[in-house]
Amino acid sequence: MNPFVATRTKPEPTWSDFFAQAHVDLWLALLLILIASLGLFVLYSASGHSGAMVASQAQRLGLGVVVMLLCAQAPPELYRAAALWFYGAAAFLLLVTLLIGDDAKGAVRWLDLGILRFQPSELMKLAMPMAIAAFLHQRQLPPRLGTVGWTFLLIALPAALIMKQPDLGTALLVVCAGAFALYFGGWSWRWIFGVVAAVAAAAPLLWSRLHDYQRGRVLTFLDPERDPLGAGYHITQSKIAIGSGGLFGKGWMHGTQAHLDFLPESHTDFIFAVIGEEVGLLGALLLMVLYLAVVARGLVIAIRGQDTFQRLLAASLSLTFFLYVFINIGMVIGLLPVVGVPLPLISFGGTSMVSLMAGFGILMSIHTHRKLLSS
Amino acid sequence: MSSYDAIKNLHEEKQTFLARVVVGTTVCMLLILTLASRLVHLQVLQHDYFSVRSDENRMRLQVIPPVRGLIYDRHGTLLAQNAPSFVLEIVPEKVPDLEDTLRRLTPLIHLTEKDFTRFRERLRKTPKYRGVPLKPNLSPEEVANYQINRYDFPGVDIRPELTRHYLLGASASHVIGYIGGITEDDLAQVDEKAYRGTNYIGKTGVEKSHEDELHGMLGTMIVETNAAGRPLRELDYRRGAPGRDVYLTLDADLQLTAEQALGERNGAVVAIAPKTGEILALVSKPGFDPHLFVEGIDSITYKALNDDSTRPLFNRALQGQYSPGSTIKPFMALAGLDSGAISAEHGELCTGEFTLPGSDRKYRCWQRKGHGWMNLDRAVAQSCDVYFYQTALSLGIDRIHGFLSQFGLGRSTGLDLPGEKAGLLPSREWKRRVRRENWYPGETLNIGIGQGYFLTTPLQLAQMTARMAMRGQGFRPHIIHAVGDPENNVVTAVPPEPLPAIGLHDPQLWQRAIDAMEQVTHSPGGTAFRIGRDAAYRMAGKTGTVQVAGLSQDEAVAPKQEDLPEHLRDHALFIAFAPTDDPQIAVAVLAEHSGSGSAAAAPIARKVMDAFLVPPPSPPAEVVAQ
Repeated sequence: MNPFVATRTKPEPTWSDFFAQAHVDLWLALLLILIASLGLFVLYSASGHSGAMVASQAQRLGLGVVVMLLCAQAPPELYRAAALWFYGAAAFLLLVTLLIGDDAKGAVRWLDLGILRFQPSELMKLAMPMAIAAFLHQRQLPPRLGTVGWTFLLIALPAALIMKQPDLGTALLVVCAGAFALYFGGWSWRWIFGVVAAVAAAAPLLWSRLHDYQRGRVLTFLDPERDPLGAGYHITQSKIAIGSGGLFGKGWMHGTQAHLDFLPESHTDFIFAVIGEEVGLLGALLLMVLYLAVVARGLVIAIRGQDTFQRLLAASLSLTFFLYVFINIGMVIGLLPVVGVPLPLISFGGTSMVSLMAGFGILMSIHTHRKLLSS
Repeated sequence: MSSYDAIKNLHEEKQTFLARVVVGTTVCMLLILTLASRLVHLQVLQHDYFSVRSDENRMRLQVIPPVRGLIYDRHGTLLAQNAPSFVLEIVPEKVPDLEDTLRRLTPLIHLTEKDFTRFRERLRKTPKYRGVPLKPNLSPEEVANYQINRYDFPGVDIRPELTRHYLLGASASHVIGYIGGITEDDLAQVDEKAYRGTNYIGKTGVEKSHEDELHGMLGTMIVETNAAGRPLRELDYRRGAPGRDVYLTLDADLQLTAEQALGERNGAVVAIAPKTGEILALVSKPGFDPHLFVEGIDSITYKALNDDSTRPLFNRALQGQYSPGSTIKPFMALAGLDSGAISAEHGELCTGEFTLPGSDRKYRCWQRKGHGWMNLDRAVAQSCDVYFYQTALSLGIDRIHGFLSQFGLGRSTGLDLPGEKAGLLPSREWKRRVRRENWYPGETLNIGIGQGYFLTTPLQLAQMTARMAMRGQGFRPHIIHAVGDPENNVVTAVPPEPLPAIGLHDPQLWQRAIDAMEQVTHSPGGTAFRIGRDAAYRMAGKTGTVQVAGLSQDEAVAPKQEDLPEHLRDHALFIAFAPTDDPQIAVAVLAEHSGSGSAAAAPIARKVMDAFLVPPPSPPAEVVAQ
């Protein structure tokens, strides 16, 4: 026995120690569970008092928590090592999906593996930042031109496959997840602005390649009253729901827009409109603060990350989460065109919940596997 | 540790990363602030607007249109009722493909070309959100055919409705009028809100003039609906009230009698109760089937009715303006007596013609060979023109106009039916104003025998007869006897409205004029002796024959009526009241192109008066009333 060590009294094990041992970040866990629980209440109302739907969502949440805990156990080094393999697998599945995937609402997004039916694009949401972060980890930073070129290729390939499904919203998120990693890697501002400008210039070209329904969404976004009973109906009804909610809302379960079926997709993509209607501006702002807290915690974890991979991955995941929130709320309140992005942790739906929680599991892994560095 | 670590500047890389996090955080905060400000805009600044939009979404005003009031005659006989029926209706804005829908409906519902024409015409005039009737009065088979296939026809529906049914049909079509589909023009005339859910509105007759009473009050219900429009609960209910029942002064039996008495002739019969001004019968022939208009008339049928040379849509009793002819003579006599221009015993020699002093133009008596010596009684009884040329000349146009206007001539009587014409009682002032000419004495002569510019409606003739019967007293003619509230069975009588009495210098003169009129029907030389001879009561009357074809100065003898084409034959007129000493009924009869008043018009008046005054063997009124 070392006498120097022996002099230290062994401290009582605390709760935080316990969670640290279990690789759980308490802040993140509490925030996520708080948001998800509030989400269950909202869902109960938005679904028209459907206990079954709430139970199903709670089940999915449970599954998500389990996935999160599992993901938290694996050390970040494992993720780094497996990143490119994971990326490759996800890309392969996307390709398979395009070839033999299930059709739903005119888009081929689902892959049926018999026991499991899921969207490979959700896997890519995790694989993309992981792969870019792992790639950049091995390169000199700020990235040189060649590195950026390779990164672009890594981003573009799956994005193209997802666009082909077609799923503009997810493709956008996947592109952003990769781009965030590049951004945090220190890609030069000059290039960032250059590319943004180039994309803006290429927008007309992109426009010509869009599907009719995608164009319709953009047109509707620009002028929702253009066709209030058709394409603009979603956004018009959603604005009515939110606007009529006022400062304090109509009260939980008292939202007429959702309960009388005027608000379409009220339990999925447009659930934020139910929040705005039933708990008003104050409730909506509170929720946004909670989301911001999650993002902030993610960025803190990123800053504390111990190597380039951890930092880039954690920061990308956090910002992607923010992007989810921003796009969904922006769409529901009429600031952005309607793209199929759910409100994270609250919208009813399976795959996105699990992939989100997996992402948070990775964040926790990064945070709880820190080693004391010798200076 | 990776092999690249060696060439990585970890410190600088971390600094760059931190900077990027700071910039990223700032951008996130800005974006969140954008969202928040948008939320404030929607939920605070535009809150009121969106609250209204939200309420508009979920609240539907359901209207409960009132049931139209019924129309009864004076004895409670039903004249207009609401019969249940089914109508096939199309709401244009809810039909995806109208042409296709119409094509597919054809085998299910018996649709004629007229139905389509009518539908398209109404489609144009109706707002897109209102139902347009395609076919009324569906048969049970048609209802069943539709019900089986109804899921194939969005925007098409069968609506039970109450169809207006007029029990007297064409016989009273001009009095009662009809209701028809509301047009945009109609809506502009009424409070549009009160007519939500109402599809019909009174177009003519009592249906139009008493629309306010008959229509009733709209009930409303505000319901909360879901997005599919299904009502979920009632938020507000305002009770309406059914239309009030209208009791007419009309006697249905008398109306039918008068209509039948006219026979094949076109013309008008107006019967008034002198003591109240109640219209007992008001016939204009030919009539028309009011139901054509209730169902919504198609343009072909309408054009046919409108272009018909006998003008069935024209209400002769109120709108037909005819010279009063000799029927004016008792009144002219009264004017002469009252002004002192003549006396009852004053004699005048009728040679069959009359010339104005200082002129050689001949004014002829209808009796070419002359009546010989005439006094007032004989002049009225035999309708001597020469006697009244002289009377009119003595009176002068100003005194004639002044006196006769007291009887309501030259202006509408104020009957509570739409469209009444005023006629024309000419005066010096009128001629100057309208014709920009002076009045000539020869024109006064023509006025003296009820010709010339002089125009009256049959209603005015009946009313002036009633005033004579009442010795100058009188009431405004009216068609509404009472208004009943079907909810509490309270019937409110409409009181007769007395008119200012016509004062004579000597009230005895009334009897003088009436005696003369009695001679017309009860003295062997009277022009209407044939109807007074065997009457069960005493009556006072006057015939009139109005020339339609102008008589040229050179024609010594008028052509025989039988030789003239029908549209040039004389109009036959007759006015009368009875019983003479207790007047119960005053009648004016106009029979167009029927020859003389004594032969054609007087018997019609007799039938009407008989029907009213002579009690029938067994009174059917009570039976009919229920």
